[in-house]
Amino acid sequence: MSDIKEVIDHEVKSNDVVLFMKGTPEFPMCGFSGRVVQILNHVGVPFKGINVLESDELRQGIKSYANWPTIPQLYVKGEFVGGCDIITEMYQSGELKEMLADKGIA
Amino acid sequence: MAMDAKSIETLIRAALPDAQVEIRDLAGDGDHYAASVISATFRGKSRVEQHQMVYQALKGRMGGELHALALTTSAPKD
Repeated sequence: MSDIKEVIDHEVKSNDVVLFMKGTPEFPMCGFSGRVVQILNHVGVPFKGINVLESDELRQGIKSYANWPTIPQLYVKGEFVGGCDIITEMYQSGELKEMLADKGIA
Repeated sequence: MAMDAKSIETLIRAALPDAQVEIRDLAGDGDHYAASVISATFRGKSRVEQHQMVYQALKGRMGGELHALALTTSAPKD
């Protein structure tokens, strides 16, 4: 379990924007993951998508990593930003763009 | 697998007694819900923290027994 935590930690800290999702950015396997991909594409921010369906260890590990029970999960500059509901809300209010701009990403 | 709206509401209220909880069954299948939760205990907390408080109230059911719960949280307006 500590190994998977290190793997996640490394991904989250070495990429500006990381989305843990079901499926891939090209082929999301879940509507909630797909929605966040669409939002990120629309905002025009490059991100790394990590498919949790490839490993059960990863799928469980990411839930305890952020103490967050669902997938997708978006991380920006090493920080957990939220799941589908929060990202949608932030996108609609313009907060998402603002936050990314503040962090010098988009 | 499914949970009914009433038991979701009961669990949330047990953990956040002051909460105004509104639950909608999105697909009519008892498996996809939207919940809006307003509680004074959310004041000063980030959205992530507010959602975590609701998930905690659901005691591990979220992502398991409860497949989809679209959450909106806020503190009451003065």
